[in-house]
Amino acid sequence: MDKKIKGIEFLIALFRMIKIKNLHASIEGTEILRGINLEVKAGEVHAIMGPNGSGKSTLASVLAGRDEYEVTEGSVDFLDEDLLDMEPEDRSRAGLFLAFQYPVEIPGVSNINFLKTAINEAREKRGEDPMAAKDFLKRVKEKSKLVELDGRLANRSVNEGFSGGEKKRNEIFQMAMLDPKLSVLDETDSGLDIDALRIVANGVNELKTKDNASIVITHYQRLLDYIVPDYVHVLYKGKIVKTGPKELALELEEKGYEWIFKELEAVSA
Amino acid sequence: MEVMNETVTLTNKDKFLSHFDLIDFSMDEDFSSDARKEAMELIQWLDFPTSKAEYWKYTRVNKIIKGNYKVSAPENEIEIDLSVPSKNCIVLINGYFSEELSFFDKTEGIEFSSLSDAKKSNSILGEKFNSLVKKDEIFADINSAYHQDGAFMHVAKNVQVEEPYYILNLVDDSNIVSNPRNFIFIEQGANAKAVLKTINTGNTGSFTNMVSEIFVEKNAQFEINKIQDEAEDSFQIATEQVVQGDDSTFKINTFTLNGAIVRNNLNIDSLGKNTMTYLNGLYPLKGKQHVDNHTYLLHREPNGESHELYKGIMGDSSTGVFNGKVFVHKEAQKTNAFQSNANIVMTDTATINSKPELEIYADDVKCSHGSTTGQLDKEALFYLRARGLSKDSARAVLVNAFASDVIEHIGVEAVKDEIEKYIDDNYHGIK
Repeated sequence: MDKKIKGIEFLIALFRMIKIKNLHASIEGTEILRGINLEVKAGEVHAIMGPNGSGKSTLASVLAGRDEYEVTEGSVDFLDEDLLDMEPEDRSRAGLFLAFQYPVEIPGVSNINFLKTAINEAREKRGEDPMAAKDFLKRVKEKSKLVELDGRLANRSVNEGFSGGEKKRNEIFQMAMLDPKLSVLDETDSGLDIDALRIVANGVNELKTKDNASIVITHYQRLLDYIVPDYVHVLYKGKIVKTGPKELALELEEKGYEWIFKELEAVSA
Repeated sequence: MEVMNETVTLTNKDKFLSHFDLIDFSMDEDFSSDARKEAMELIQWLDFPTSKAEYWKYTRVNKIIKGNYKVSAPENEIEIDLSVPSKNCIVLINGYFSEELSFFDKTEGIEFSSLSDAKKSNSILGEKFNSLVKKDEIFADINSAYHQDGAFMHVAKNVQVEEPYYILNLVDDSNIVSNPRNFIFIEQGANAKAVLKTINTGNTGSFTNMVSEIFVEKNAQFEINKIQDEAEDSFQIATEQVVQGDDSTFKINTFTLNGAIVRNNLNIDSLGKNTMTYLNGLYPLKGKQHVDNHTYLLHREPNGESHELYKGIMGDSSTGVFNGKVFVHKEAQKTNAFQSNANIVMTDTATINSKPELEIYADDVKCSHGSTTGQLDKEALFYLRARGLSKDSARAVLVNAFASDVIEHIGVEAVKDEIEKYIDDNYHGIK
C-alpha cells in the first residue's frame, strides 16, 4: 500500500475502515465474486442485498478468511493492513467480526471460557495484561443484557441446543464482548421472528459508535427497518451493480430485483 | 520347567519364560502354588498370538516378547513424589511390594494389603484366586504362573467408603519385566473406589503384564480408574476379569497416556440380574504409540444395562485399536446396551481400527453401537478462529471438548484433575 498520502487524502484514510478493490474469488474453480469494489468508513452502516447465489455470503466468508475460497484477484485493505494476507484469528484481533449466518454448535466448549481465551489472546498480542476476572464477568453481565441473552445461555456450550433466535443473539453478544471495529452481519435476520429480530437489531444499534462500522448482508428489507443503513448495495452475479440510499431497500422490497437487472441489460445491450 | 539340551534352539517362548527362572516361589501358599503349576502346564500348550488370531489381529506382540528383560526387585531407595489424595496406597516396584512406600489407614471392614500378605491368611483368596482368569490367554497364564506380588482389596458387606484406594505400579529400572497381580473383592452392598496407576520413572524398554481379578457382589458398587503412563518405549498388557452380581454397579475408566504398545483386555461377566456397567476409555496418542482396547461384556441375566464410551485422539503416527463386543445371552431380556467409539485423527499418518460388535440372542432388548472417526470439525475450528483464537488454541479447545464426556465419568476428583491437566498440557488447552 502506498504510504505517501497527504492532506485530505490522509484524513480520508484515517476514517476508512475497509477498502475492497476489484475482489475476485472462487470456490473449487467456480468464480463467485467477480470484481467487488466497496469502501466503508468509520461510523457508517452499509447494507448488501441481492438474490440467492449472488455472492453475498461468499463476500462475508472471504473477508473473514474462510480457506475454501481462493482469492484470484484484487485487494482488501483493512485499517491500512492487507486483510487477505492475515489468518482468520489475526483479522478478528485487528477488529473484524463476522456474525455467522449459521452459527456453529460446539458441544463441550463453554461460551464464556472460549470468549475469555479469545479476548485475552488478543490482549496478549497487543502486549496487554489479561482482563481481570471481575471486569470480564461484569462485561458478560452487561453485554448479555444488551441482547436479552439469559445468563445461563451465556454459560452453556457454544450454541448447543440454542434456538435459532438464541444463536443469533449469541452472535451479537459475542460481537459486543469483542468490541470490533468492523462487523459483517451475514444474514443475521434469516429465520428470526419479529421479537428476536428487534432484539438483535437493537443490540447492533446500541453498539454503533462513530468509530466503528457495519456491513449488513441481508435478503430482506425487513431488517433495515431496524438497522438503518447509510448505503444500500445490490449484489448480482458477484458484482455490486447498484448503490443507493436507504430508500433503495424499500424499492427492492416492493419491486424485486428484476428491474435492476433489466436496467443492466439495457445498458450493456 | 523342562531342562533344555544346550544344542536345542530356544523358541521365543522359551527365551521369554527364561526371564522368570530365578524367581523363588517356594514361600507361596499351596493354593497359589497349585495355580502357578496349572498355569505353567497351560503355557506349555499355548503359543504367543500372531496377527492370524482374530483377537490379536491388529496388535503384534513380537516386539514385546523379543525384549531382553530382567526381573529385579529394587535395592536402592526411590526418590519420587507419591503424594496421593488417599490414606491408603499400595506401591509395587517392578512387580514387588514396597513396604517402605506403601501406607495404610486401617478402616473397619476393609482389608487392603499386598497380595502376598493376603495369601497367608485370607480365605476368600483360597477359594476364589485365579477363578476368573481365562485359561487360554497366554499372557494371563504367564501372570498366574510368575506373578511376584500385587494388591489385595476386600471391602466387607455394606461398607461404604468415599476415599479412593490407590494401587501404584512403578517401573523403576530399564528392561524390567513384571507381572503385577491384583485381587479385588467388593462384598454385598459395599461401595468403594480405586485408582490403578502405572508410573514410568524415566526408564526404558520394560514390559508390564498385569492381571486384576475383580468381584463385585450383589448390590455392591465399585469404580476403578486405570491410568497407564508407561515409558514411551515400554509395553503393557493389562487384563481385568470382572464378575458382577445382581443389582451391582461396576465402572472402569481407562486412560492410556503413554507406552509404545499397550493392550487392554477387559472382560466383564455380568452374572447377575439388573446390573449396571460403565466402560469408559480415553487414549490421547502421539508418536508411534499403539494402543489396543479389547472389551468383552457378557449380559447373562435380564434387566442389565451397560454403557461403553471410548474416545481416541490420534496424533502423529499413532495407531488405535478398539474392539468392543457385547454379548446378550438369550436369558438376558430387557438388556440395554450402548456402545460408542469416537476418534479424532489429527494427522494423515495416524490410524484407527474400530470394531464395535453386538451379538444378541434375546429378543426384547435395546442395544446400539456406533463408531465415528474424523478430523476436528472444520466449521467449529473456523468459528473459533474467526473469534480470535489461534489455530493451536482452537484445536486445543475442541480436543478438550471431545475428551470431556469421558472425563466427566471420573468419580475421583484428583484423577479428574490429573487427566484434565494432561489434556490441557498436551493440547495447549484453555484454563
